[in-house]
Formats: sequence, structure tokens, C-alpha cells
Amino acid sequence: MFKSGLAARAAAGVTAALISGAAWAEEARSQYNLPVGATEISREVYWLHNFVLIIMCVIAVLVFGAMFYSIIAHRRSKHPKPADFHESTTVEIIWTIIPFFVLIGLAIPAAGTLIRMEDTRDAELTVKVTGFQWGWKYEYVGHDYEFVSMLAADSNKARQLDSGIDPRSVPNYLWEVTNPLVLPVGQKVRFLITAQDVIHAWWVFDLAVKKDAIPGYINEAWTKIDAPGTFRGVCAELCGRDHGFMPIVVKALPETEFKTWLAQKKGVDVASLGKAPPVAEATPVATTTSTAPAPTEAVAAAVEVAAATPVAAAPAKALTKDELMASGKKVYGTQCAACHQLTGLGMPPNFPSLVGSKIATGPAAAHIAHTLKGKGLMPPFASLSDLDIAGALSYQRNSWGNKASVVQPSEVAAARK
Amino acid sequence: MSSHAPTASANTRYFVPDPSAWPFLLTAGLVAIILGAWSALEDKSLGSIPVYLGIAVSAFIIFRWFRGVALESEHGKYNKQVDTTFRMGMAWFIFSEVMFFAAFFGALYYARSLSVPWIGGEGAKGVANIEWPGFEASWPTNGPAALGGAFTNMSAWGLPFVNTCLLLTSGITITLAHHALKDNKRTACIVWMWATVALGAIFLYCQVVEYIHAYKELNLTLGSGVYGSTFFMLTGFHGMHVTLGTLMLFVITCRLMKGHFKPDSHFGFEGVAWYWHFVDVVWVGLFIFVYIL
Amino acid sequence: MATAHAHDEHDHSHDHHHGPDKGIMRWIKTTNHKDLGTLYLCFSFTMFFIGGLMSLVIRAELFQPGLQFVDPEFFNSMTTLHALVMIFGGVMPGFVGLANWMVPMMIGAGDLALPRVNNWGFWILPFAFALLLSTLFMEGGAPAGGWTMYPPLVLQTGNAFPLLIFAIHLMGISSITGAINVVVTILNMRTPGMTLLKMPLFVWTWLITAYLLIATMPVLAGAVTMLLTDKYFDTSFFTASGGGDPVMFQHIFWFFGHPEVYILILPAFGIVSTIIPTFARKQLFGYDSMVYATASIGFLSFIVWAHHMFTVGMPLAGELFFMFSTMLIAVPTGVKVFNWVATMWKGSMTFETPMLFALAFVFLFTVGGFSGLMLAITPVDFQYHDTYFVVAHFHYVLVPGAVFSILAAVYYWVPKWTGVMYSEFWGKVHFWLSAIFINVTFFPQHFLGLAGMQRRVPDYNVMFSDFNMLSTVGAFVFMAAQFIFIGNMLYCMFGKRGQVPNRVWEGAQGLEWTVPSPAPYHTFEDPPFLTDSETTVHWDEADETLTGVRR
Ligand code: HEA
Ligand code: HEA
Ligand code: HEC
Ligand code: CUA
Ligand SMILES: [Cu+2]
Repeated sequence: MFKSGLAARAAAGVTAALISGAAWAEEARSQYNLPVGATEISREVYWLHNFVLIIMCVIAVLVFGAMFYSIIAHRRSKHPKPADFHESTTVEIIWTIIPFFVLIGLAIPAAGTLIRMEDTRDAELTVKVTGFQWGWKYEYVGHDYEFVSMLAADSNKARQLDSGIDPRSVPNYLWEVTNPLVLPVGQKVRFLITAQDVIHAWWVFDLAVKKDAIPGYINEAWTKIDAPGTFRGVCAELCGRDHGFMPIVVKALPETEFKTWLAQKKGVDVASLGKAPPVAEATPVATTTSTAPAPTEAVAAAVEVAAATPVAAAPAKALTKDELMASGKKVYGTQCAACHQLTGLGMPPNFPSLVGSKIATGPAAAHIAHTLKGKGLMPPFASLSDLDIAGALSYQRNSWGNKASVVQPSEVAAARK
Repeated sequence: MSSHAPTASANTRYFVPDPSAWPFLLTAGLVAIILGAWSALEDKSLGSIPVYLGIAVSAFIIFRWFRGVALESEHGKYNKQVDTTFRMGMAWFIFSEVMFFAAFFGALYYARSLSVPWIGGEGAKGVANIEWPGFEASWPTNGPAALGGAFTNMSAWGLPFVNTCLLLTSGITITLAHHALKDNKRTACIVWMWATVALGAIFLYCQVVEYIHAYKELNLTLGSGVYGSTFFMLTGFHGMHVTLGTLMLFVITCRLMKGHFKPDSHFGFEGVAWYWHFVDVVWVGLFIFVYIL
Repeated sequence: MATAHAHDEHDHSHDHHHGPDKGIMRWIKTTNHKDLGTLYLCFSFTMFFIGGLMSLVIRAELFQPGLQFVDPEFFNSMTTLHALVMIFGGVMPGFVGLANWMVPMMIGAGDLALPRVNNWGFWILPFAFALLLSTLFMEGGAPAGGWTMYPPLVLQTGNAFPLLIFAIHLMGISSITGAINVVVTILNMRTPGMTLLKMPLFVWTWLITAYLLIATMPVLAGAVTMLLTDKYFDTSFFTASGGGDPVMFQHIFWFFGHPEVYILILPAFGIVSTIIPTFARKQLFGYDSMVYATASIGFLSFIVWAHHMFTVGMPLAGELFFMFSTMLIAVPTGVKVFNWVATMWKGSMTFETPMLFALAFVFLFTVGGFSGLMLAITPVDFQYHDTYFVVAHFHYVLVPGAVFSILAAVYYWVPKWTGVMYSEFWGKVHFWLSAIFINVTFFPQHFLGLAGMQRRVPDYNVMFSDFNMLSTVGAFVFMAAQFIFIGNMLYCMFGKRGQVPNRVWEGAQGLEWTVPSPAPYHTFEDPPFLTDSETTVHWDEADETLTGVRR
């Protein structure tokens, strides 16, 4: 396949990737080839890819060899009198049959791998993954724990049009999230993948898992990670404006550490509100993952974050304006500011300013309905908790010179009905 | 230089029409309709004038165009080869129509046999049921969210059955008309044609009654989930084709009354008859897959 | 009436009895296949440039990581419109234009079978694209859901949505009428003696293409109609809560979409099968198997559609079926490639511009075919899908595939159309710049895709910077090189006529070379004679008074 002007560079690259294999790929991702990955399946896929690639190269050499030989040897100056054969049933049958057998040779191992990839039985842990515009929600099924994961703040800042920030200065630019998905090593983990609004696709390069997230339906996939590490991925189905900005980060922890991690998370979050992601700035993950982190450190970090999350009793009682503004500011920062900006000025014409906005200073009911349902480019936020929505709205209604009533969680709850 | 077939007389030559502005104007008419429809669906800025204007222009051009063709034909401009062109053209056009319906029949098949069972927890992708607890697959259905509210499905053995009989009969009457034309029994032909037109019109009337019944009494609407969608889109597009077919039959009948068509050369007639049979066959498909099963 | 006049097309290039109208009305009212062919080609050319400019917006934004020029939403609109304009506005009308010009001349017919319908099919297109492109100036922006228009995303389109749908309906009408015209012309208007298996391959491939068009464009029309009713009339074809499924749209779309990609390549196969024998001065190897291979590709194209949807979560049996059927397409396509090489084998080749483009086609299309085969391997496609590897694959088959074949065809036949020989020197410069920089543009995209850069994004991780930069540079130079082509064509259109012989290329065979260059406004009003022996005429025996048909 390397017949272009880039042939030399290409060939060198692929050979390098092929030869240096797994060890090389763990340190830095290959610039030229598929990642070898961190699971048995991903290595099978990698092997299959190389296998097909090599066969294609062999066929290419033969076909193009004949063609270029003919171009050179049978040009008019060399070969003035053309032959006049124009048919040969034998030859034609041969070159129909041979490719057919080559294809069978490719199809057999491919089918084997495919069958193994689709076998989601006997999983030890199930994680439900829900894509939304533009982030992911993860739910540890049966453990009553879930959280939301979005593009990390520093990438998000740098990626704005004319941000003035050099992406090269941002570690893991566009490949960092607020909350990574944490998984145990050595266990078969089943993913139930779905979406809230439009189709997304959950793809982690090193796990060789890519499955579309279809609203209203559930797709299954599985993985079994060999060793602790951080694995990255992206949304791989066009899902609107910020399709390019909904990465995925998976952190694999040894089984026992994973257990502690989950227990701690549940202990803290389940009692409180659970769904709000910790504020991006407070997440140390962004810095620890750029170099392969010691797993324990990550756990510690995660716990720290969890503990820092404001703990409030189930919000039956009315909250004070200050409480709402404080928690709302954080929710606003993680959920709304991507579009409406921290200044509230938005990015007209696509994302309207909230400063003095009729909806954000008008009746609360309309404001709540707008947020729950979304409108146009704005996604629905019904997946946030009542408290989060109440906070974010209260914050919007009383910042940047806006002056309007605060919104209580109970109002949001009522609006949901 | 190529050598030529011996002396080509006028009517052995293939008819090549003069330059014509009809196609361009027809496109302009269509575009006006589109702009009007766009405005009606979105920002409402244009009002309804473009739609009416577009329909008027298009209808006028179509009338002129077909009249032109009819006149060319009556003046003997068309030779056998042109006749074959029209036949083949019509056959391929009908094939393209078949494929249009195939898309909707495909949607019906997919919804009934795949997507509804999946969300109901059956089949290879049955895990989808987690998202829709309590939903059990059945047909007809308006989906797990019961869109459009409870409804009753359309029974096959009332009006739809009557309609089937009407259309099948019309298939017979048009065949009788065709034989009459071939035997040069013009009056008989015209009578059978009027019978066919009448059957088509009665079919349409019944269809309208059925729709009103569905909307008013059965609460079965376009919004009734995927059953309502497939039901109305399939029968609706079929109904539009019947409307068109009936109009074409009507025109042909008028032309017969004006003395057009000859026992051995009447493509216009046959083309419409083919179209009518196509509409008929689609209905039989509908009756089986939409109403009975 | 015009046809009443006995008429000889040899002695003058201008017919006084039913010559064209004057001025703009000539073009609006024309029913002449040559006029309409010219219109189609000019339209296609314009669209290629608009689509090309859009691709440059895409490439400029991707030159570096970070967002420099456009909002992501606008970027997505560019991707969407780039693809729609290139496919429905560039390649398809380009091929229809060539069919208009060449099919009647190749089979000895006076015109297409339905000349007025032909005019209608053309004039729909400028309107359709005016509507589509007008959405760029609308509230909520142009459609940005990708050319595949998957719901529910595409339903989020603003004001522009109905125009997207209606524009596609119009393109569908245009394609279907055009295709019916071609089928009927081929089946009904061949000169006596030209049996199906004596038709030039360009005619054969167009016959099958037209069949694919008639079978699939209505399906696309149905699919987008369902989108329209889902958005505005409460239907729930593609909504789970009503029992529908967003994936259902994908099935219906790709049932159209896959045959569509062969619609974009089969006429190219025909062109290459015409050009290579001419410049190899040797009859096409394996004419019959070429025909059967084309037909098999046409057939197989209907049963492989879901290879675009391996990741949507189909049942395993479906995935296996679509993997195997897709791989099978390599067999007939291989037969074609091998036949082209065998045609060159022991020929006596010269390398004029059309031949250069045709050879580059064989080479680079096959590279694209190989990556296509890799994509067909389902478990690995999970890694490739929706990455730049796919983008690289389809640009290899579309740009040095379909577009190069159009360029080759134009160079090959333009002296016949205008009576002026293009500049061979500038033709070659154009070729070499195009051939080199198309690879600079798209080859690195293979690596980007494998390394993990997903499609349809305006920004990327910094590790992809180098190859993206290279690709952008390639795209700009490639586009610049096309201006040479414009110059060359303007020269042909307005240069001094009548300098070229009837048979422009010494090795060329087929009825089109028996009429003067430029071809008179009306050719073959009376069918030319064909005798059996003419189908085996050789280049060195070619006699200007004989009508030969290339097998
Ligand atoms: C002209 C257009 C064209 C053509 C001809 C092809 C040809 C082929 N394509 Fe391609 N394809 C596209 C246009 C085209 N494609 C487009 C536009 C898309 C993306 C759409 C989108 O998502 O936007 C796409 C996407 C696409 C996918 C989906 C990828 C994904 O999204 O994940 C797949 C997967 O199977 C595929 C496969 C193939 C195959 C197997 C062929 C085969 O026909 C190729 C056969 C040719 C050869 C194999 C080479 C010659 C053969 C030999 C020399 C014989 C010996 C060879 C062997 C035995 C291997 N294509
Ligand atoms: C035929 C189709 C076609 C053609 C020609 C091209 C041409 C080009 N394409 Fe495109 N492209 C697509 C079809 C095509 N593309 C499709 C289907 C997609 C997917 C969209 C989606 O994801 O929804 C896509 C997407 C796509 C992307 C990915 C965007 C994304 O994922 O966000 C990129 C990025 O680099 C790109 C670049 C280019 C470039 C640089 C060219 C350059 O080659 C452009 C320069 C070409 C020309 C200027 C034309 C020259 C031709 C002539 C001069 C002909 C003369 C003709 C006559 C005489 C009649 N294209
Ligand atoms: C992905 C981008 C995005 C995010 C995130 C987002 N919005 Fe919006 N928002 C929009 C867009 C786009 C509009 C304009 C909608 C329209 O009118 O079509 C909007 C409009 C609004 C308006 C109405 C402004 C006006 O006066 O018209 C309010 C209020 C609002 N959003 C609140 C919120 C809240 C609260 C959140 C977070 C919980 C949020 N938005 C998050 C994109 C977003
Ligand atoms: Cu989510 Cu792309
Ligand atoms: Cu395909």
C-alpha cells in the first residue's frame, strides 16, 4: 500500500511500529499504526490488522509490479508492435479463483475474533455508559453509583476559537476528562452503551472497543484489561457541534484498589447527590495522568475529590440563596459554561448571552423547563439532579447583574412531573 | 465517414423535439412549491402564495407538456421506436416507484420484526428493554412511551376490504377497456374507462372516510408511534398515487372521447393502465402487510 | 417539422433547419444531447470548485491543532456540504454529462431517447444546489449532520432542514430521470448490428449505473421523507419511544448509499476501459468478463450496505454476513484491475494526458480498494470506523478514482467536442501536480486514522499535527493545480477549431471517431451501418471510412 510519494516515510513508520511491538506502544502511541492495546482482544485485532495489511501489500507488489513492468517495457519506443491477444479463459478463471481463496484465508481468523468480541457473557462488573451532548455518564450497575465525565477544563479553555492558548502547552490536549472511568484490572467488564439525545460512539483505542450509543437502545461490549494504566478514547460518531470534544479516559486499577475506590465513592456520593461531577479545577486527575500515575495515588486523589464535594442532606428543605449560589456556581462552571461561558456572555450568535436574558430573569418555571428540555443546540439537562439544576439556575438568575428569584430543588422536582 | 441506412423518410426517423421551455418552467414551479413548503414548515415568512403559484405553474406546464406529447402523437410524429422508448421509460419509472414504496415497506418490516421486539426485550438486542421497563413487544404498537395515547388499530375487514375489492375490480374493468380498444369497440372502451375512474374515485372516498374514522374514533394518528407512522405513510403515499392514477385515467378517458388512440397504437392508454395495475399491486401488498398481518 | 428534412451531418457543422436558439435561451430550452452534455459538465465543474473550496476550509482549520478560523458548527456544515456538493453536484452530473455527450455517439443514436426529459433533469440541478447552498446564510446555519444525515442529530438542524430534504428530493428526480433516459437510450436506440455485447464498455457501465440509480435514488427519497415527517409531522420512524429506531434510518440510507458509491465508480471503470486500449494500441483484454464483472459488482452492491454500520450493534449473524459479502466484491473488481494490466501487457503504449490519468486511476483506485477491503474485516473495522482511515479510503477511490477518470475522459474527448487539441505540455504538468499532491493530501490520512484521529472534528490532539499539516499543504497545491486545467479547457473552448482529424487518437476506435471534430450539432440522425468485422478492427488497419466498434 505504500506507493505514494510518501512511500519511504510510510514504510519506515509501519515497520517501526511492527517491529517494536507492544513495549514501544505503551510508552508512546504509534503515529502510524493501530495501538497494540492493553487487552487480549486488542492484540488480536492488532495482529489481524497487520496480517491484512501485509497481504494487501503483497498483492499490491504483484499487481503494481506487473503494471509498472509493462509501462516501462511495453512503451512504444521499446515495443512498437502491439500483440493482439485479448482473451484467455484460463487466465481469467485463475485470477478469479485465487483472490477468492485469499479472501477465505482472511475471513476465517476475522470471524473468529469477531465472535469472541461479541461474547459478552459472564461479566463480573457491568458499567452503563450513556452519551449525551457532549459528555458521558457512567453508572456502575448494581453499585448504585454514577457520575458524569466531560472535557477537562484546561483543554476546554484552550480549544475555544481564538483562545490564545497553544494546545501544545496543554497536557493530553482534548484527551483529558473531568472524571475518568475507573475499572478493575483482570475482570471481564461489560458495558451497556446508550445515549440520551443523539447517537454517539464510545471508543477507547487501547481496549479496541468501539460501539455506537443509540438513544433508546442498548449496545453491549466488553473488555478485560491486563494491567493498570490510563487508556484514552473519544466519541466516534458525529454528534453535533462539540463532537470533537467529548473524550473518554479509562483508569484501570488492580482489583482490590478498585474495590476500595468504589466503596469510598459510594460511601460519600450515594448519601448525597451523586450526579454532580466534581468541579474541574479541583480534579487532580488532569495532572496525574499525563505521566503514568501510580494507581494508589489516583485512588487517593479520587477520594480527596469525593470528600471535597459539598455534602448536603437530601434537599427536602428549602436552601438559602447562598447555599444555592455556592453549589450553583460549580455546576454552572462544569455544565453550562462550555457554551454560555463563565462570564455569562455566551458566544453569540450560537450561544446566547444569559446576561439580562428574558428567560434567565423571567419566571422560574420557563427557565426550569428550558433547562430540562433543552432547545436547538442546547442539550436537555434532565440528567442533572434537582439540586444541581436549582443551583445552576439560581446562579444564573443572580449573577452578572441579573436579579431574579432563586430556584429551589423542589420546584425542579415539581417541574419534572 | 459512416455509411447510412438507405433513404430515411420522415417517419422512420426518430422524433427529436424542438427546443422547449417546458422543463425549465416546470422546475421553476417546483422550486416555488418547495420555497412555500419550507416557509410553512419553518419561519413562515413567505406565506402561502409561492405554494399556490408553484402549483398553478406546474399544473399548467404539465398540462401543456402532456397535451403537446398527445398532439405530436396524434399527428403521427412518433414511429415504432419512439413508442418503445415510451414503454421502456414508463416501465423503468414504475420500477423506481416500486423502490420508493420498498423503502416504506422496509421500514415496516424493520419496526415490526426487529426494533419493536428489541425494545420489548426479545431477540439478539433485547437488552434494550432495560431502557423501557415494562414494555412488551406487540403489534400494532405506539411504542414504549405510548405516543399519541391509546388507539385502536384499523381492522382489515371493514372498509379496507371493500377498498381491496374496489381496486381489484378496477383492475378488471381497465383490462376490459383495453380489450375493447384493441377490438376497436370505442364506446365499450369508454364505458369501462368511466367505470374504472369511478371505482378509483370511490376508493379515494372510502380512504378519506377511513382516515376520518381513524383520527376521530380510533385515536389512530400519524403520531401513534411507529404503527401510526407506517400505517399512514404507506396508505397515504398509496392514496396519493391513486389520486394521480385516477386523474390520469380521467384524462385518458377524455382523450378517448375526443377520438384519440388507435387499436394498434395507444401507448398513452397502456402507460396509464400499467400505472393503475402498479397502484393495484401495491395495495394488495398493503392489504396483506399493513392490514391483515 | 424538423425531422421532415432529409439531412446529412457531414458537410457542415451547423444545421440550419433545427439549429440551436441564440443566446441564453439556447441553453435554457435546448433538447440537444451535446448542449446538455456541455451544460452538465460546466455545472459539475462549478460544483467541483465550490466543493473544493469547502474542502480547503476544512483543511485550513485542520492545518494546526486548536481552533483558528471557524466555529465547530460551521466546520461540520462544511464537511456536510462538501460531501453533498462533490457527490451529487460534482461526480454524478460529471458522469451524466459524459453520458450525454458520448452514449448517443458511441451507439450511433441521434440523441437521447427523451430529449425534453433530459433538459428537465439538468435544469433541476442548479435550482437544487441553489436551495442547498442558500442554507449557508440561514438562521441556525447550514445542515451540519454529515452527508449521511443520521437522525436524531440531523433533526437538530435549524431553518435549513426542509431545504436539505427538498434539495435531495430534487437531486433524486434529476438522477432518476437522467438514468431512465440513459437506460432507454441504450436499450432502444442502438444502431442496427450493435448487439449488447458489442457495446463499448463505457456504455455498458453506464447501463448498470443507471440501473443502480433507478433502484436506489427512490429509496433515498423515502428515507429523507421519513426524516421530514419525523421532524414536522409527529411520526416516529426513528424514535425509540414510539417503537422506531434511529438505526433504521442508517439501514435505509446505506441501502441507497452503498450502491451509490458504485454509481460513482462504474462509469469511471468504463472510461478507463476505453482509454487504456487506445493508448496501448491493443484491444481490451477480456471484454466479456469486464461486462460480467461490472454486473456482479452491481448485484453485490445491494447486499453489502451494512458494512458502514458495523459498530451500530447488529446481531452477530448480520455482521458476519455483511463482512463476507463485502469481501466478495474484491473478486470482480480484481478481475477488472487484472484485465487492465493485461491490456497494457505487450501493448505499445504512449503516455498522453488521458492515459496518464487512466494509469493513475488504476494504481490509486486499487490502493483505495485495498483499504476498502481492510475496512470490510469487521473486527478491525471497529478500530478504523469513523476515523481518518475511512476518509483516506474513500478519497482514494473518489478523487484519484472518480475525479481522475472524469479528467481523463475530458482530456480524451475534448478535441472531439471542440475541435481543438488541448496543450499536451500543460496537461502533463496538470497531471503530475495532481497525482503527486493528491497523495500528499490523502496518504498521511491513513496514518492519522490508524493512530486514532476520528472523522468530522475541527480540532485534534497535538500528536496528529505533522500529518495534518502535510495533508493541508497537499490539498492547497492540488487545488491550485486545477487552475491549469481550467486554462487548458478555456483554450479548447475558444481556440481555433478544425485542426484535428476525425480520429483524434490513432488507436481510438468506436463510432464517435467517425464523425468530424468538432462533432456536428446533430450526429447519426440516420443510424450508421455496422458490420460484424468492424468489431475486430485493429488500430493499424483502421480505415477512416469504416465504422468500427471497440469491443
Ligand atoms: C467510489 C467509491 C467507493 C468505492 C469504489 C469503494 C469500494 C470499496 N469500499 Fe468503500 N467507501 C466509500 C466509497 C467507495 N468505496 C465511501 C464514500 C465511504 C464512506 C462513507 C461515509 O461513511 O461517509 C466508504 C466506506 C467503506 C466502508 C465503511 C468503513 C467505515 O465507515 O467503517 C467499508 C467497509 O467495508 C468499505 C469497503 C469497501 C470495499 C470492500 C470496496 C471494494 O469495492 C474495493 C474492491 C477493490 C479492490 C480490493 C482492489 C482491486 C482488487 C484486486 C487487485 C484483486 C485482489 C485483491 C484481493 C484478493 C484483496 N468502504
Ligand atoms: C467525490 C467526492 C469527493 C471529492 C472529490 C473530495 C475531495 C476532497 N476532499 Fe472530501 N469528502 C467526501 C467526498 C469527496 N471529497 C465525502 C463523502 C466526505 C465525508 C463527509 C462527511 O463526513 O459527512 C469528505 C470529507 C472530507 C474530509 C473530512 C472532513 C471531516 O471528517 O471533518 C476532508 C479533510 O481533509 C476532505 C478533504 C478533501 C479534499 C482536500 C479534497 C480535494 O481533492 C478537493 C480538490 C478537488 C477539486 C478542486 C476538484 C477537481 C476536479 C476537477 C477540476 C474536475 C473537473 C471536472 C470537469 C471538467 C467536469 N474531505
Ligand atoms: C452545549 C451548549 C450549551 C450548554 C452546555 C448549555 N446551554 Fe443554555 N443555551 C444553549 C443554546 C444553543 C441556547 C439557545 C437556544 C435557542 O434559543 O435556540 C441556550 C439558551 C439558554 C437560555 C436562554 C437564553 C435566552 O435568553 O435565550 C438559558 C436560560 C440557558 N440556556 C440556560 C442554560 C443552563 C442552566 C445550562 C446548564 C445547566 C446551559 N444553558 C447549558 C447552549 C447551551
Ligand atoms: Cu458524541 Cu460525537
Ligand atoms: Cu459501502
